[in-house]
Amino acid sequence: MSVRSSDLTERGQALDERGPGPVTVVLSVNGTERSLEIEPRVSLLDALREHLDLTGAKKGCDQGTCGTCTVWVDGNRVLSCLTLALTCEGHEVTTVEGLADGEELHAMQRAFIAEDAFQCGFCTPGQIMSAVALLKEGHAHDDAEIKEWMSGNICRCAAYPHIRAAIRAVRDEAQ
Amino acid sequence: MTTIAPAIGQSLDRVDGRAKVTGSARYFAETPIPGISYAVLVGSRIANGRITGIDAGDARAEEGVLAVLTHENLPSIAEQPPLIPSLGGTAAPGQTFFPMQDDVVHYAGQHIAIVVADTLERAQYAASLIRVSYEERPPLVTLDQGRDQAYVPDRVFGGWLPGRVSRGDIETGLAAADVRVDTTFSYAANNHNPLEPSGTTAEWDGDEVLLHDATQGVNATQITVARQLGIPLSKIRVIGHYVGGSFGSKAMIHDHAALAALAAREVGRPVKLVLTREQMFTSVGHREEQEQRITLGATRDGRLTGIRHHKLSPTSHFDDWAEPSLGVSPEIYGCPNFDGVYRIFRANTMTPTFMRAPGEASGMFALECAMDELAGELGMDPIELRERNLSAVSPSSGRPWSSSGLLECYRRGAERFGWEGRDPRPGRRREGNWLIGTGMASAGYPVVLPPNPQRARARMYADGTAVVQAATPDFGTGVATVMTQVAADALGMSLDRCRFENGDTDLPNIAAAVGSAGSGMISAAVHSAATALRNQLIAQATGDSNSPLYGADPVDVVVQDGVMTAGTARESYAELLQRDVQPDAEATGTWSPPGGDPGYGMMTFGAQFAEVAVDAELGLVRVRRLTGAFAPGRVLNPKLARSQLMGGMLWGLGQALLEANHMHPRTGRWAGASLGEYLVAVNADAPDVDVELVEVEDSVVNPLGVKGVGEIGQVGVAAAIANAVHHATGRRVRKLPIAIEDLL
Amino acid sequence: MRPITYSRATDTATAVAAVSADPTSDFLAGGTTEIDLLRQNVLHPRRLVDINQLPLTGVELLPDGGVRIGALARMSEVAATPVVRERYPLISQALELGASAQLRHMASMGGNLLQRVRCSYFRDAESPCNKREPGAGCSAIDGFSRGHAVLGTSEHCIATHPSDVAVALMALDATVHTLGPSGERSYAFDDFFLLPGDSPHREHPMAHGELITAIEVPAAPVARNSLYLKVRDRESYEFALVSVAAALSVVDGTIADVRVALGGVATKPWRAWRVEDFLIGARTVRSNFEQAARVELIEARPTPMNAFKAELAQRTIVRALDTLTGDPGRSAS
Repeated sequence: MSVRSSDLTERGQALDERGPGPVTVVLSVNGTERSLEIEPRVSLLDALREHLDLTGAKKGCDQGTCGTCTVWVDGNRVLSCLTLALTCEGHEVTTVEGLADGEELHAMQRAFIAEDAFQCGFCTPGQIMSAVALLKEGHAHDDAEIKEWMSGNICRCAAYPHIRAAIRAVRDEAQ
Repeated sequence: MTTIAPAIGQSLDRVDGRAKVTGSARYFAETPIPGISYAVLVGSRIANGRITGIDAGDARAEEGVLAVLTHENLPSIAEQPPLIPSLGGTAAPGQTFFPMQDDVVHYAGQHIAIVVADTLERAQYAASLIRVSYEERPPLVTLDQGRDQAYVPDRVFGGWLPGRVSRGDIETGLAAADVRVDTTFSYAANNHNPLEPSGTTAEWDGDEVLLHDATQGVNATQITVARQLGIPLSKIRVIGHYVGGSFGSKAMIHDHAALAALAAREVGRPVKLVLTREQMFTSVGHREEQEQRITLGATRDGRLTGIRHHKLSPTSHFDDWAEPSLGVSPEIYGCPNFDGVYRIFRANTMTPTFMRAPGEASGMFALECAMDELAGELGMDPIELRERNLSAVSPSSGRPWSSSGLLECYRRGAERFGWEGRDPRPGRRREGNWLIGTGMASAGYPVVLPPNPQRARARMYADGTAVVQAATPDFGTGVATVMTQVAADALGMSLDRCRFENGDTDLPNIAAAVGSAGSGMISAAVHSAATALRNQLIAQATGDSNSPLYGADPVDVVVQDGVMTAGTARESYAELLQRDVQPDAEATGTWSPPGGDPGYGMMTFGAQFAEVAVDAELGLVRVRRLTGAFAPGRVLNPKLARSQLMGGMLWGLGQALLEANHMHPRTGRWAGASLGEYLVAVNADAPDVDVELVEVEDSVVNPLGVKGVGEIGQVGVAAAIANAVHHATGRRVRKLPIAIEDLL
Repeated sequence: MRPITYSRATDTATAVAAVSADPTSDFLAGGTTEIDLLRQNVLHPRRLVDINQLPLTGVELLPDGGVRIGALARMSEVAATPVVRERYPLISQALELGASAQLRHMASMGGNLLQRVRCSYFRDAESPCNKREPGAGCSAIDGFSRGHAVLGTSEHCIATHPSDVAVALMALDATVHTLGPSGERSYAFDDFFLLPGDSPHREHPMAHGELITAIEVPAAPVARNSLYLKVRDRESYEFALVSVAAALSVVDGTIADVRVALGGVATKPWRAWRVEDFLIGARTVRSNFEQAARVELIEARPTPMNAFKAELAQRTIVRALDTLTGDPGRSAS
């Protein structure tokens, strides 16, 4: 590929630029289309929490260092604090609020309760979103693997051994 | 001691579990409040000096900005009450200093401005546009900078403890020793870092204000902010249902709570103020950097003749604060001579504060590492040395223990861990690149009682369901779960018909749940309220000629599943209330802690065991397993108690190997003010943890004999790990955390 | 975070043109550095051009046996690619020992190479930093410098390059392909990362608006016997104190080919040329590994706080080579 720079510049100017004031964004969250007016700098996490009243995903650091804001975008676990909401247009966002089937808890949610895999509960939605994704990714063969692949979710209450127990329980139940 | 009833002692799942796993549990910042605005705090860049000018023009010009408040335009507070630990039930500010009252800067990060805007993003950006000019002076922040200026204060720890503690004659004691160990330990500063940042929402309605706060005590917030704002207690309500961890960072009421209320009043709109992660390092206190020196003297047969324990640490310009590291060392072993001295110096820091096992965790690292050295010097098994110095009475008062269990903790812990047959020689076990070692330590944590009455309320509805209430929030302790159990037993009801309601100053007053005192004092109040209600309903039935129980002696009435029974006569609570056309019945209960001298020594004991693998070539330490045996009195819910003890033990792992912060000696700013730099344990660091509960009866500490599990889990773990590292490698590391470079 | 505008690009040329034409524009890929540092007030772009829709993804096997990694391929995707795992274990290991599972799903390979340093004084917009503000001074040199670099430093900056996978790619002589305002370019990996010198704010040779399009890794049979060894305080989710990417082939007890690069100790991904020079043709005995490591670290310039890194780096090199030569009795626990 070889392109002359003047061509590039001309085409570059044609790029649509949105903001910096509030713009209309349509997000698909937990299977429902939601429209909101936000500035382009609004993170997915703040869009969920402050604009859509979906406060399951937590803001622990806002710096990508704790994992409490973990949600899925197109099924992949990601950090919503370092994701701009606008970049999620056209993608499916899933939060902990979308995990249960009505009143019926997801197996991982039940296992977290049964194994007492949390204390204060603040990291729990992120842990659960990560744990369910972990099983889907196939990184839960043994405890060493679970430990490593769950290390992006800090639990300051240090319920880690119980989190592993919950993951094992769901893994073994599925087999 | 009250007879053990069916619900207490059950491993009930958390009653708020469903709310927490579905994300429907609302933490303070998640309450929908119409018209909310967002406040952002600006911290000082410098650590020492004064502000010569603040240019907030650009900030004010940003779209959506509602106010920029600085010392130049923020209304003065009514007063700043003195620092008194929040267990005291009085105002409990984190330090005796309130910012933005003048132009003086005492520490980096000191709040110097508040920006309020209609969105979070706008407030954050406007805050970054404020230009501050300073007259800057070199700060004094580190131990090495302040060492020469240290003094012995009259009192430390918010005035609750003396600066010097001694008994017997230390010089005589050490002179009489056959063997002496004299070592100095250094400790990096620690930051709590609960995952939920602190913060407060404030919403005014006329002259009344409603706060949602992340706090260990809603009443503490209420009283503190009322004094700071100069408003009546009746005009301020504080709600804090769910709190995302605290570990002491929310034990005291830091200035952001009052600042949120002031900001909301200024802008005439509700305000949400959430600290950033960086501000969790500068604005809620920390565990101070410190140095401790221990001298032990012992006879050849292992009896301690003297313990000298001195500590040096920085405090703020306003308060004589040191975490009480010398609280357990005079108590845990029988030793006639003890000398403990706190030395502190004034530094450019905010006042340090409580952090999980505040003082006990650091003090017992020093003592228990020194004991391990002593055992080595004596050629004695570390447990044997400790058992020889076991004291049946509190060594400082000579009074019997209200309960102990320490010997049982050593024995059961050792058995579960597999201590017996341990080859004491260091460096003998190798697996590939890893040297394996084991170590142990004692744990002790004082039983602290609140100085004033604690209250709760119980209400029975005519449908036979009950609500029991107390103001206390649940910051992960499981209080909502265990109090449901306590209430069910006292009322004689099944668990599913009882609900515990909490986290609101409109409910009966409870002191802040700190110092592992929460479960003891709250269960006492709840038990008292529920018992009062049961007795009231029994009295109503036995005095009511329409009741089948009419005429029965109330003491003969037993209640089970909400049914009162005397002989063959039966009536349920619901039947009684419905017949009397009474929608509900209510009783309050008050527990007054034994005032003055209870006549007993009161302490929670435990024993910690660790196995480590050390890659001596690369300096890596990996904790393979931890065993802890604890005697926390009665265990209300073993499942939840084990979780909290396990968490405490893993905190000990973090203390031993990871957690450290340092101030830049020239700028006075923290070096690592993020969770990327300040390392706390992640899943990969956490081995499986074995928790053994040694139940001991205690009829002194409170009605249910509950001694608490919040802190004891951490005490001694770092020492057990350091002792295991020595066992693995032959190297004594006398600093925390133990880092790679210490083992190369 | 300052106010920003947002554009979504769907073809590469347009994206490059848009950013090239506007000095206040930045590309936005995974966002794990860009959004973080925008919020820290360290980066100040006025506009973000979202390049996540560009067709720069995937891992392609090249006819000569090498691979071409799309700049927008995510770390997790590259690490999981069978051909990478099989032919370049050090790449997949370096990727999977970096960051966290969530970040690896987000971060692009191009962005990984361009991630900014973790020096806490760089991240703290209130502390003087020559990298953030040329001429402001360095807070790290007399500050808390335990994690900082000992190789490739200058009196202006001692910040450690944070990437793991770049260390592996450095060992493999990868090439960085870009598209810029003046067309396509390619850079040898070692030339792509600049030493701080007296201009620590310049970290790579690209012009503004120049975009990494792909990373090409040449065929390297030696890489089948390779590893990435990362030493850090925490067992996971932490940057390296020292890391070693190494590959080794042995013929008749002597070293036929060897690649070694270091992370965590230098201001750029550090190719350990001296180790390699020393070891080619040498016997696989520990004393040779030790001697080679010593030669590499001879020019280390530590601060009092990170002096241990010179020693730790040597030991880590030795351990990596020991492991690759399968020294019996020295297996990992």
